[in-house]
Amino acid sequence: MSGFIARDRLWHPPALTPNYKSSLLRSPRHALLSLDSTPSELTGPRFGHSLLGPLDNDLIHNYSQDGGEAIGPRIIVYGQVLEETGRPVPNALLEFWQANAGGRYRHRREGYQAALDPNFGGCGRTLTDEGGNYYFRTVKPGPYPWPNGVNDWRPAHIHFSIFGHAFAQRLITQMYFEGDPMIAQCPIVGGITDKAAVDQLTAKLDRLNTVPMDALAYRWDIVLRGPRQTFFENKREGN
Amino acid sequence: MPNHVLPLKERASQTAGPYVHIGLTPNWLGIRGVYPEDLGATMLTPDTPGERIVISGRVFDGAGAPVFDAVVEAWQADANGAFAPDPAPVGAPGPDFLGFGRCACDDKGGFRFETVKPGRVPAPDGGAQAPHVTLWIVARGINIGLHTRLYFEDEADANAEDPVLRRVPEFRRKTLVAKAAGPGHYVLDIRLQGEDETVFFDI
Repeated sequence: MSGFIARDRLWHPPALTPNYKSSLLRSPRHALLSLDSTPSELTGPRFGHSLLGPLDNDLIHNYSQDGGEAIGPRIIVYGQVLEETGRPVPNALLEFWQANAGGRYRHRREGYQAALDPNFGGCGRTLTDEGGNYYFRTVKPGPYPWPNGVNDWRPAHIHFSIFGHAFAQRLITQMYFEGDPMIAQCPIVGGITDKAAVDQLTAKLDRLNTVPMDALAYRWDIVLRGPRQTFFENKREGN
Repeated sequence: MPNHVLPLKERASQTAGPYVHIGLTPNWLGIRGVYPEDLGATMLTPDTPGERIVISGRVFDGAGAPVFDAVVEAWQADANGAFAPDPAPVGAPGPDFLGFGRCACDDKGGFRFETVKPGRVPAPDGGAQAPHVTLWIVARGINIGLHTRLYFEDEADANAEDPVLRRVPEFRRKTLVAKAAGPGHYVLDIRLQGEDETVFFDI
């Protein structure tokens, strides 16, 4: 493989998005140095199913104290991990984390007054199957306030960390929920200028795959960078 | 004009946020009992071949304040310059060295990896790259993860011919080269912005 299709930096949020205040001092000012991939970027850590425990993809139960279940609207999030070329990505490690149904994170720096749920830790992980498919069970996270503007609130979301097969594909992003009016008001989402890119971070309610008397289903497909074609292996003269 | 050649677009990045530790280093945060160990918390096994080293440093923002809520990931070759098998053998015991590390920064922005010194990895032009560790930094306020590299001060000859370092303007190369701080201990600070801003790559 000769490398990956270049990241579309106009599609991703830029480093500096002033309405998201934390980006002001944490955004590089120099241009990124473009670099064609070397073996260091074309490879990446691979994880096997032996990594996973039976409840890793079940956030309703994986932090259960004394058999209790997490409180909140029960949902299944599922989808497929693909490369930009359309090819599924098997054995991709996905890690996810989120607030509880009240919008409260289990984190020592969290300042929201909403209550912790003793049976909800807020993290999970899974590996895609041979067809690139994944799913996990959780409760729908609540929206929450955060100290950016005086009264900014984040739309409900689940954070995703994704390992493809190469470190160049490494990606962290957030999944939003279809129909949430707070998506359009969010300074973090607002760093993305192309509405199509925001739509692609938004999971769709899937009534057909809803489990009766158990859980709603949301579908979210994840696309990672794809490999570039190798046409000619030319070398410069003198090499 | 949008590019319709490819059927799909990469999903846009969003910040890892201030609560990234819940997902990436829950045990470090105090969320116990979900995973036996945080992913990437240990890079070495007793059988890992190679010279044991420690890599450490601090992450700073543009005002010189420590980025206390960052997570740094490391990816590197083994002591012979080889990367862990791809794909990992199904059902087989893990390799003696996966080459992946993950560290939540402390209150001073500090990160630390106990690892082995990587060997030289082939370069696309047929030569060899200098020993290096790929680093990836995410945090609140970082909208898309930042790729950089850590090279070693005591590999001056290899560094001088490294095809990546050679593309970096000379006055900025020092931002990628860790200083030897003692036997087997290398230190490199990462500056997200400002004077001596670290070189970050678009790869």
